Amino acid sequence: MVLSAFSANHETEEGDVDVFGLIIGHISDSHHWHIIDYTNRHGQTIHLSLPLPVILWHDGEPWFYSSDEFYHSNTPATIGDDFVVLKDETFYITDSEGAVQYDENGHITNASPADFSITRNVASMFLSMVLIMSMFISAARGYARHGMAPPKGLRAVLEPLILFVRDDIARGQIDKDKADKFVPFLLTLFFFIWINNLIGLVPFFPGGSNLSGNISFTATLAVFSFFAINLFGSRDYWKHTFTAPGVPFFVKFLLVPVEFVGLFTKPFALMIRLFANITAGHIVILSLVTMIFILKSVYIAPVSILLSLVMLLLEFLVAVLQAYIFTMLTALFIGMSTSKAEH
Amino acid sequence: METLSLTAIGLGIIVVGAAIGISRIGQSAMESMSRQPEISGKIQTAMIVAAALIEGVALFGIVVAWLA
Repeated sequence: MVLSAFSANHETEEGDVDVFGLIIGHISDSHHWHIIDYTNRHGQTIHLSLPLPVILWHDGEPWFYSSDEFYHSNTPATIGDDFVVLKDETFYITDSEGAVQYDENGHITNASPADFSITRNVASMFLSMVLIMSMFISAARGYARHGMAPPKGLRAVLEPLILFVRDDIARGQIDKDKADKFVPFLLTLFFFIWINNLIGLVPFFPGGSNLSGNISFTATLAVFSFFAINLFGSRDYWKHTFTAPGVPFFVKFLLVPVEFVGLFTKPFALMIRLFANITAGHIVILSLVTMIFILKSVYIAPVSILLSLVMLLLEFLVAVLQAYIFTMLTALFIGMSTSKAEH
Repeated sequence: METLSLTAIGLGIIVVGAAIGISRIGQSAMESMSRQPEISGKIQTAMIVAAALIEGVALFGIVVAWLA
């Protein structure tokens, strides 16, 4: 029995485990959701995985498949007049043989259709959305029913967290009269990042995807932060950015470009920070676990498991810390852009 | 192999820089907390934000090393 993080078929012919492929397979996205590998009574190895819907856009119309069609057959699927194969998690348009062409550097030269599939990461995001909405809608219903009575159950857990985001993060960084407008956005950021970080740390089936360590995911959140920071910028903020008042004329040539680039580096840093922290955490835990297979010794297992347990506990801290830092820095930048200047 | 070792050395330098930065933040935060324990909450927040900014630089280095 192997953990779900251990994607299917990472054994070489000599029985070695392909550690690199395994870790990359875990931290990158995939078109099926691997659950477990086991050997049945007849000695066959069974790769149990959940097929996910594949949606491709080709010749101006959408095409729907189950990802099973691509993983468990060697014949290409038809897409209009053409054929499509899945190779290393990317779809390629091929001829009826399903063969792909390589250039001299070993890159595939076939065209790819636009891929709108519900991949493992997207499915994991839907799961977290359902989780978050059910948590918060039931809490909101509780408040509607019980009013200002002392909170119980789920509300007792959520209330201090929500108040922390509102009072410490939003009202602490943004001007008093503007802070409450941004609280829903900041709450969404905080809980969405946190819950997805936690789902990523669950090592078996409904968890284990590396969603918040996916650069597209963090980039999308950073774009939202960029708009939240700049769309509500005050007149003083833009004046400060583009004219740099109060500095000598020659310094302005230096300072205005720096300030302008700074508009984009702030959300860029948010993006990189979350991506790199979560991905690095996943890689470290998996490397510690796979130490057993690299050193090929049972005696290393207690050490490896103990170390990965300690790392997992540290990652629980990192999960909440990164959600806090992302939200906190967004609030800080919003506070800087919306406040009236005092100079 | 040549580029790999250069990347590793560069990453090492970045980590040393980030470690110096974060240790100085931690040191001065502890000093100021012991001087004024009543505002230790505010100091802690500022400390985490500053540490996150430095950590961001170190992670930039990791990502660049990854791409290189």
